Amino acid sequence: MKVMIEQRRSADQSFRVSVEGEIDIYTAPSLKEKLIPLTERSGRMVTLDLSRTAYIDSTALGVIIAALKSAEKNHCSFSVEGMTAHVKRLFQITGLMELLHRQKMTEGDHK
Amino acid sequence: MDDDKRLKAYKIMLAHYMTQKEERALYNGKQISKKMIEQNISPEEVVGMHIDVLNRLVPNLDEPVQASLQFLMDVMVGYGVAYREHQILRDRQKQLDSEIEIAADVQQSLLEGTVPDYPFADVGAISEPAKKMTGDYFQFVRGHNDLLGVAVADIVGKGIPAAMSMSMIKYAMDSLPESSQTPPVVLSSLNRVVHRNVDPSMFVTMFYGVYDPGKEIFSFASAGHEPGFYYMAETDRFEDLETRGFALGFSPKAKYKEYKRKVAPGDMIILLTDGVTEVRTNKGFAGRKLTVNLIRKYMLLPAQKLVENVFYDLQRIQNFEMHDDFTFIAMKF
Repeated sequence: MKVMIEQRRSADQSFRVSVEGEIDIYTAPSLKEKLIPLTERSGRMVTLDLSRTAYIDSTALGVIIAALKSAEKNHCSFSVEGMTAHVKRLFQITGLMELLHRQKMTEGDHK
Repeated sequence: MDDDKRLKAYKIMLAHYMTQKEERALYNGKQISKKMIEQNISPEEVVGMHIDVLNRLVPNLDEPVQASLQFLMDVMVGYGVAYREHQILRDRQKQLDSEIEIAADVQQSLLEGTVPDYPFADVGAISEPAKKMTGDYFQFVRGHNDLLGVAVADIVGKGIPAAMSMSMIKYAMDSLPESSQTPPVVLSSLNRVVHRNVDPSMFVTMFYGVYDPGKEIFSFASAGHEPGFYYMAETDRFEDLETRGFALGFSPKAKYKEYKRKVAPGDMIILLTDGVTEVRTNKGFAGRKLTVNLIRKYMLLPAQKLVENVFYDLQRIQNFEMHDDFTFIAMKF
């Protein structure tokens, strides 16, 4: 698994985290290590891009829910892009999709 | 044997061998090496001893030979360090293995693997861990008025952390008061337990259902769990047990909706974890369609035989290599 973190400009508050390869029980901790700290400073916008991710399992969902909780606590916005049909299904069954939508809505309220 | 004695004995053996190429010297050499292992003599000490003795036996060794011996000595020092580290790791691994073995036994005794006998339904269940410990969980609960409660849960991750969370779920389940056991209430209370007690990336998906034999109604709710199947005898069709609800631990305020189904004779309820529907084949994931086909193939058998046969077939499809914990329950009415 390769994790790339992109920040458009050095002062910019938006970060894009792209993951190449598989996120599973063995690689999820290293994604968590990189993703969570990004969501710990107020006002940031963090996007997780899964369009180049070949496979994710439930431990990846654990990392995403932890990022979402951390973003809410620290007043950041957190979103996920590039979901395949398989990932979308996992998100829908567990309710993660609804939580991500909800977070987007509350972000809208703040603005 | 102390250092001096060993050095002397080695000198005699080596001298014999160098002058007469005696078999006996070789044999003695092998014997002394066994002793040296018992006394924890390291490989570099053996080489050091050899160099020492050789210098005494052949006082004027060539410069290149001397250099090569020094080189061998340095290599052996590195080898000795690496070898000892390897030994320590192997010992630790053995210790961990035996601790996991004990933990797995404890877990097995915690899990209520028993499938009760009910007059109104034929129930079969199978739960197999991918590793030694499982993150899957199922339990049958006997309530008032012959109510049959059934829980299936999948704790995120595998191995020991998942197994520990599973034990927590089991105790939380056991401590719920009898009167509160409607599916949404059960899931809401467990949700609070999970949310309070585990780290933010840990979650549990769970299905909880209650069958009331008096009313012939199956009520259920799901916390983000892989949907089960409902087989309707009247239409001869399998339907997904569609539900909505957040996985346990996702949100402290999660509410769970109760769903109901009227159960007719010949109907069947299938509950499972995603270890069943995400069986990996060389063409990708096997999926729900294949699961339904296998259930159909064995649905005339008694429930326990049905679940065992489906498990066996799915294992064969993935060459008996389990990637995920596997739990599969069939209730035939």
